[in-house]
Amino acid sequence: MKNLFLLFALSFASPSVFAATQLNGAGATFPFPLYSKWFDEYRKVKPEVTVNYNSIGSGGGIKALLEGTVDFGASDAPMNEEEMKKSKSPVVHVPTVLGADVISYNLPEVTKRLRLSGDVIADIYLGKITKWNDPRIVAMNKGVTMPDKDILVAYRSDGSGTTYIFTDYLSKVSAEWKEKVGTGKSVSWPVGIAGKGNEGVAGLIKQSEGSLGYVELIYAASNKLTYADIKNKAGEFVSATPETVTASAAGALKSMPSDFRVSITNAEGKKSYPISSFTYLLVPSTLAKEHGKEIVDLLHWVISPSAQKMAGPLEYAPLPSGLVSKVKAKVGSIKVE
Amino acid sequence: MNEPLPSFDLQRFDGRRRWKNRLAIVVLTLLTTLAVWPFVSILKYVIERGYPALTWTLFTNLPKPVGEAGGGIANALVGSITMVALASVVGIPAGIFAGAYLSEFGRGKVATTLRFTCDLLVSVPSIIIGLFAYTLIVIPMKGFSAYAGAFAMLMIQVPMVTRTTEEILKLVPQHLREAGLALGIPRWKVILRIVLRGSLSGLTTGVMLALARILGETAPLLFTAFNNRFWSEKLNQPTASLPVLIYTYAISPFDDWHAQAWAAALVLVLFVLLLNVATRLILGRRADIRH
Amino acid sequence: MEQLLALPIVRSFLPQGRKEIHLGDRLFYLSLKSLSVLIILSLCALVYLLWGMATPAFAKFGWGFFTTSTWNPVTEAFGSLAFIYGTVVSSLLGLLIATPVSIAVALFLNEVAPRPVGTVLGFMVEMLAAIPSVVFGIWGVFSLAPWVRATLQPAIQSYAGWLPIFQGPPYGVGMFTAGIILAIMITPTISSICREVFRTIPFTVREGALALGGTKWEMMKMAILDSSRSGIFGATVLGLGRAFGETMAVTMVIGNRPQISASLFAPAQTMASIIANEYAEASSDMHHSALAAVGLALFLVSLLFNGGARFVLWRTDRKFRSRA
Repeated sequence: MKNLFLLFALSFASPSVFAATQLNGAGATFPFPLYSKWFDEYRKVKPEVTVNYNSIGSGGGIKALLEGTVDFGASDAPMNEEEMKKSKSPVVHVPTVLGADVISYNLPEVTKRLRLSGDVIADIYLGKITKWNDPRIVAMNKGVTMPDKDILVAYRSDGSGTTYIFTDYLSKVSAEWKEKVGTGKSVSWPVGIAGKGNEGVAGLIKQSEGSLGYVELIYAASNKLTYADIKNKAGEFVSATPETVTASAAGALKSMPSDFRVSITNAEGKKSYPISSFTYLLVPSTLAKEHGKEIVDLLHWVISPSAQKMAGPLEYAPLPSGLVSKVKAKVGSIKVE
Repeated sequence: MNEPLPSFDLQRFDGRRRWKNRLAIVVLTLLTTLAVWPFVSILKYVIERGYPALTWTLFTNLPKPVGEAGGGIANALVGSITMVALASVVGIPAGIFAGAYLSEFGRGKVATTLRFTCDLLVSVPSIIIGLFAYTLIVIPMKGFSAYAGAFAMLMIQVPMVTRTTEEILKLVPQHLREAGLALGIPRWKVILRIVLRGSLSGLTTGVMLALARILGETAPLLFTAFNNRFWSEKLNQPTASLPVLIYTYAISPFDDWHAQAWAAALVLVLFVLLLNVATRLILGRRADIRH
Repeated sequence: MEQLLALPIVRSFLPQGRKEIHLGDRLFYLSLKSLSVLIILSLCALVYLLWGMATPAFAKFGWGFFTTSTWNPVTEAFGSLAFIYGTVVSSLLGLLIATPVSIAVALFLNEVAPRPVGTVLGFMVEMLAAIPSVVFGIWGVFSLAPWVRATLQPAIQSYAGWLPIFQGPPYGVGMFTAGIILAIMITPTISSICREVFRTIPFTVREGALALGGTKWEMMKMAILDSSRSGIFGATVLGLGRAFGETMAVTMVIGNRPQISASLFAPAQTMASIIANEYAEASSDMHHSALAAVGLALFLVSLLFNGGARFVLWRTDRKFRSRA
């Protein structure tokens, strides 16, 4: 018994040497690689603050924020009116970076990058195209020998902003998708297997030959997963890169709503990558005294050049310079009790 | 009697029976091998993939940002130990005393109900215990915490310890108790000093089995202790643990996380097997003494 | 103190008809009994709170909650039929594989194997039960699922691919893989109970069978298997109860897709795995409530099966005791 108490005491002694304030955040997995990098770096900027971010999916992030179990939420899908209504204090959307959903696949025998269009992707997810050597895929990829294999479709099991962006795009390019499935953070998928988080879907793709799924760009890039070039609104096949993602946002910048809630999928422009999105941190417009200042400081740092320049190496697009000042003003308007 | 018996090829008949017997034994052997194979395969995988990742930094470092190589599982290790310790501080004495109640006073309605309760709690899926801890602790405290995780563990541990304690105390010969009482020692002292102390090694085995069980529990921690990428300096914060780390790392796509998950699995399996083997050794020795 | 002990409520806790006992004894007894009552109350609290959490979902969906299979957190339409189906089918599949294997293990270890071999193999089978579920899960993800995808499913499909239950693309994860994992996990339970049951059969019965000129196999069939049918039944029901509640390993290999599919290779979802997957990040109160309702159903089912199994086993045990 004495030993147990000793063990008990010891286990507390070691961690308590560290930081004084811990901010808890939860939500999107889409920007998680960047956020975890940021929050790790932030400990060097402010050693007294640690930020514990859990990537549980955008739906969970919004829910946690509304319930007050976290200091801030994170989502790629802007909150809808119903969710906004549930909040006691209005929620501020702080865009942090832009990112892309890529259509990633595991076909070791295909060495050339595949090309896909929105309607083909929609039909794969509707279960109408089931084989990799379907004539419509072959027609788009001249000179590539497509294997006679089943397409193993992967999607997200959790309420997800990545899913929202993807289904938002499919609804714009396929009338049948819009009618049968629609847009949402989680939808009733006609076919496929589910993974938890971007991590889970990327894990499924990596594990199974013949699979196809949608994940945020960095999850494909950092795991050496191949991903397709997507046909955009102008009819060009475009690769997902920070540049093509930024190009998608160009149109939206001109008519940006004051709360930054905007969709940039299937954007105009020859260089636009069509499945792009902003991702947001969500905080109440009035913060409690406890941790309030720390949260505002964190938000200011996140949109500062020193944080934004970490986006590129992780394949995210930094906020366009025209937008930064607007976001800064917004963060400045957050009140601390 | 004079008539010869109708001819009957006994030898052929017997041969078939013998063949059938041999076949049956071969099939039984094969099926047993099949049943043992997963144990061997799991051990092989855990050692093969976990051992190379077992480094000193693994045990001393925090996790790195997602996708970056390196980092460790120190916070999960400490988190697991913290919660197991927290649960055990309450759970072990509670279980032992409840077990003592059953073995020493165990004839009334309360005792029967308690026995039934413990049997139920032991067989309740552990994820249900998690739901219970969520409603009872997480919601009122407005957040995931080590307390909630430890409470879920407690609910699994207590009934286990209670039932094993009862079984073990029943083995204490009645005349020891009578001898104590005859000397005029009050009953409570007899129970504490003679009955409980006399079965210390047996009680240890029950406790160790319960520890092994709660150390490996994942499902009830998912929405009670949740997870934390850093140290949890307070008990009311989300807390990392080894099993949850294995789960989240295993379903991720990152090779480095996979390696760490295997290493964590190796640590966990070693702990659990060690506790189980130790239990057997203690019990085995006791059995020898009794015979 | 004496006054306190005189209170009727306090007195009801004290051993009856033993007024003379020592005060220390009374206090000791009182505290042990309060502790016991506390443990009992905690189970009551569990049932009560679980019921309370589940009520909104039951109130909104009624019986439809168990007879529809739409599960959409966004539109807040919840029906749990697909999970019930997933739990039942994966568990039965596990049982179908585990029962013959477990009986074979019990017979082999008890009746056939030489002592040292039996001890070692028996130890290994029992240790299988001690390995944490999540370790089965990681092994399932990296070893079993790839094997099912690349080897087992193509092999089965080349022989019996025309059967609807074996159709579909080779995901590797799915109902079948979950069934195999469950089979592995419940084999130690079933086999160890079977061993206990076989042990209760008196040696004279075995000797009788052998003395009649029976071979070893005939002895096992006549003397052991035939007379322990109800015990074996109890063991399998207990195994089934275990399989119903198994969470992590199944969650990691079943594919997490809430659908009812004819094919065993199709991805599915179980009652336990949907809770594990969604509870921490449930997006609305109704979502939480629906998950709790699934939990309550799971709780009741596991209660029924464990209680039933225990009853059957208790009866077998008594039967043999009275005979011997």
